[in-house]
Amino acid sequence: MGTWDFEIVIQYFFSFLHAAKMTVCITVIGIAIGIILGLLLALMRISKYKFLSIPAKAYIWIIRGTPLLLQLLMIYFGLVNIIRLGNLPSAFLALGLHNSAYIAEIFRGAIQGVDRGQREAGLSLGMTPGKVMNRIILPQALKRAIPPLSNQLIIALKDSSLASAVAIPELLLYARQMGASNFRTMEMLTVAAVYYLLLTSILTFCSNALEKKLNVSDYKVLE
Amino acid sequence: MIKVLKLNKWFGKNQVLKDIDFEVEENEVVVIIGSSGSGKSTLLRCLNFLEKAQKGSIIIGGEKVTSKSKNLHLIRQEVGMVFQHFNLFPHKTILANVMEGLTQVKKMPFAEAEDIAMELLKKVNMIEKANTYPSMISGGQKQRVAIARALAMSPQIMLFDEPTSALDPELVGEVLKVMKDLAIEGMTMVIVTHEMGFAKEVADRVVYMDCGRIVEEGKPEDIFQNPKEERTREFISQIL
Ligand SMILES: Nc1ncnc2c1ncn2[C@@H]1O[C@H](COP(=O)(O)OP(=O)(O)OP(=O)(O)O)[C@@H](O)[C@H]1O
Ligand SMILES: [Mg+2]
Repeated sequence: MGTWDFEIVIQYFFSFLHAAKMTVCITVIGIAIGIILGLLLALMRISKYKFLSIPAKAYIWIIRGTPLLLQLLMIYFGLVNIIRLGNLPSAFLALGLHNSAYIAEIFRGAIQGVDRGQREAGLSLGMTPGKVMNRIILPQALKRAIPPLSNQLIIALKDSSLASAVAIPELLLYARQMGASNFRTMEMLTVAAVYYLLLTSILTFCSNALEKKLNVSDYKVLE
Repeated sequence: MIKVLKLNKWFGKNQVLKDIDFEVEENEVVVIIGSSGSGKSTLLRCLNFLEKAQKGSIIIGGEKVTSKSKNLHLIRQEVGMVFQHFNLFPHKTILANVMEGLTQVKKMPFAEAEDIAMELLKKVNMIEKANTYPSMISGGQKQRVAIARALAMSPQIMLFDEPTSALDPELVGEVLKVMKDLAIEGMTMVIVTHEMGFAKEVADRVVYMDCGRIVEEGKPEDIFQNPKEERTREFISQIL
């Protein structure tokens, strides 16, 4: 393997771009599925109807209680008998389903964190419960959810490396493949590390800016 | 206008309202007094179904309403509510707070709703702050906006649950002034308050509650000067 050579890190840096794109792609699609499904699950979870809340609770319990890698493998190998999913759709689905459980809990916390008086004020104006949720509770809850959501996004970005287990050429797998062919494994892993750091830093920066813009702290309800 | 018959309400095993019979006439101002935990808020909240009583009936505008009625949201439009902690919508401007019920519940066109909301903000003397957010105004100002927001629905009756209890003393007067003006205009109101001066001056009737029951009710001068019941006398002597 020889000594660690910084020159090589630089030399290979841009050849990783398409792998980085793949990482971003898996993350974005996974989180998008996660947010849509997560919101739905959160609303089910807090519903007063048991036929909605119990399935949501069970789903969240299973997903949060098992490893993502196992979920990914079960989808990739397990669904083959039912519908043939390629490795990429499997990764989207696994990351989406996995994140939806965590995001559901984020939304649930944010919704329940909105002062009870907000709901009562909406109802007392004659709004239907659904309208109160849409116009009064959710806008406030979504703002509260931004910090934990961006945290989840960063976790998802790193978790996307597990897609290497089903042969998706994202950052980690690509680094390992390159390392195997040029015998510069440490340098190749370093390139991947730099990309991950860059991406997570960009995400952190954007979410901080967004938080500031929306003045999240303004929404602490007076009590 | 509103009539309550044998209303009973439990929170778990704790009975909070016991056989409440209570009536409010049109244009009447009723003030409810009583010590903490006596059930004043709960009674008020039952009147617009934020709490659901297990027994008894509530008749609004000649129509019997139970908490199982399908159109609770329609009935609530007729019953305005002002809360101790204002409960303004923090993500909406003052103007949008007052317009919300008009555009979303009454389905009024935006321009018309805006006119009405501005009119109401003028009435509560909050027109300069129309485009600011609730976090930027004082408690007294918030409560005046909350009153305007409830009035926007042109309810038949307004309920106030300790509207000045969360305010700094110097801000109480401006809110009471708005409420007094409403009373003069003939608004039907039920007010839970500890402001006895206001009760004496504005109320047509004072209701004293203790331990979930209405102990005594009558004209303010009777209740304050010569109450019939020993418990009322005790309470009055404590607070005056
Ligand atoms: N959501 C609730 N769950 C359980 N118990 C409650 C609830 N709300 C009120 N109670 C109980 O019901 C009783 C009456 O409460 P209520 O708020 O109506 O009293 P109140 O007369 O308004 O008192 P205060 O002057 O302190 O506002 C109290 O014993 C209270 O603890
Ligand atoms: Mg109370």
